[in-house]
Amino acid sequence: MNGVRVLVGTRKGAFILTSDAKREHWDISGPHFAGWEIYHMNGSPADPNRLYASQSTGWFGQLIQRSNDGGQTWAPVGNQFTYEGVPGTHQWYDGTQHPWEFKRVWRLEPSLTDPDTVYAGVEDAAMFRSTDSGQTWQELPGLRAVKGNLWQPGAGGMCLHTIILDPGDPQRIFVAISAAGAFRTDDGGQTWRAVNRGLVSPYELPDASAEVGHCVHNIAMHPSRPDVLFMQKHWDVMRSDDAGESWHEVSGNLPSDFGFPIAVHAHEPDTIYVVPIKSDSEHYPPDGKLRVYRSRTGGNEWEALTKGLPQRDCYVNVLRSALAVDSLDSCGVYFGTTGGQVYASADSGDSWMPIVRDFPAVLSVEVQTLP
Amino acid sequence: MIRVVLPHHLQTLAQVSKEVQLQVEGPATLGSVLDALEARYPVLRGTIRDLVTQQRRPFLRFFACGQDLSLEPPDTPLPEAVAAGAQPFRVVGAMAGG
Repeated sequence: MNGVRVLVGTRKGAFILTSDAKREHWDISGPHFAGWEIYHMNGSPADPNRLYASQSTGWFGQLIQRSNDGGQTWAPVGNQFTYEGVPGTHQWYDGTQHPWEFKRVWRLEPSLTDPDTVYAGVEDAAMFRSTDSGQTWQELPGLRAVKGNLWQPGAGGMCLHTIILDPGDPQRIFVAISAAGAFRTDDGGQTWRAVNRGLVSPYELPDASAEVGHCVHNIAMHPSRPDVLFMQKHWDVMRSDDAGESWHEVSGNLPSDFGFPIAVHAHEPDTIYVVPIKSDSEHYPPDGKLRVYRSRTGGNEWEALTKGLPQRDCYVNVLRSALAVDSLDSCGVYFGTTGGQVYASADSGDSWMPIVRDFPAVLSVEVQTLP
Repeated sequence: MIRVVLPHHLQTLAQVSKEVQLQVEGPATLGSVLDALEARYPVLRGTIRDLVTQQRRPFLRFFACGQDLSLEPPDTPLPEAVAAGAQPFRVVGAMAGG
């Protein structure tokens, strides 16, 4: 089958949406894990039928599910996420120190080459790795050594929500944490350093340019150009041309530079997408108009994409992991909303249509392009 | 034989009906029944008690014979009627909407 599989995590279960390459008609399967929060689902680039899902609730804690058949059947795997050594403390909302406590898995990122190796970004923020297809998990504790005592939770918790594996260098990984910032390892996860120079957070931090503490919402990279990163910060859309060594703002003419997700076009490394949100106090689109903004110049110059999207009375949010692209010839763009809609564009964002309108609040959207 | 009643989501997870029956070695205590439950259904590990601390998860309660045993220590003997299989031991999810 030449087509796409859209993996949708919601507040009340997981859904899998499939279509052929035309992306006009969709088969919908689910809810899988009905009633549970699915923070993230992701497929292995090396084996598209190998999927991982993060399943949790406040009642029963965290489970990890694995599928070997593209999501038709699932089996629970290991759910023990134990911090290495004495976990220590981080900064709490009131500025006091608070012990590290595992709460849930926000992100599952399978290896680019090995279906049995998968990374997990968790709350309280840390990075774990499994090399046995999710049966057991080991922390990469060097990350928390980067001034972890100064990290603090954002409103959604202190979560490691973004993991980017460098396709050109298997030893290099980028992660992002709210609210700590962006971090990079060049030795496969043993040692890490903060890569936040150029980020400015005057409303969130006493030292606006602090080494750590920034509320980074999401980072995206095009695989052909791994040194170029795009970031949606709490406020500000940022760009780095040197693998995070320095960042500069590319918010340009956006109606608001607050937002959560950011994505890069599959075939055009300078075409990027964001969904502006009014403010950190009002998590919905400006003027009640749901607009994806696209820059074809790597930032600064943005155009509103509105065709097929509600342009009045729309007060949904689009969360940080709920925007994704496919890699078909005409690049598809997808996003899910807290109002339960999943929108798709088969023409790089020029026009949109809802695949579904009435799902539970969407937490994450990933897309697999199937051979 | 100890009878244990599970909440809906844990029934689904363990692929069992509402009530399961367990053989418990030695005295039937809160801890020994939960140990036996997790040994029989490993998928439940971490869903009732924290995997590291073994503490009851905050939104679950343990009821038996009209008593709330949630705050009792793990070596607390269960009521005779539970140990004899006449009454079930109940794992209950807290009421909460949304």
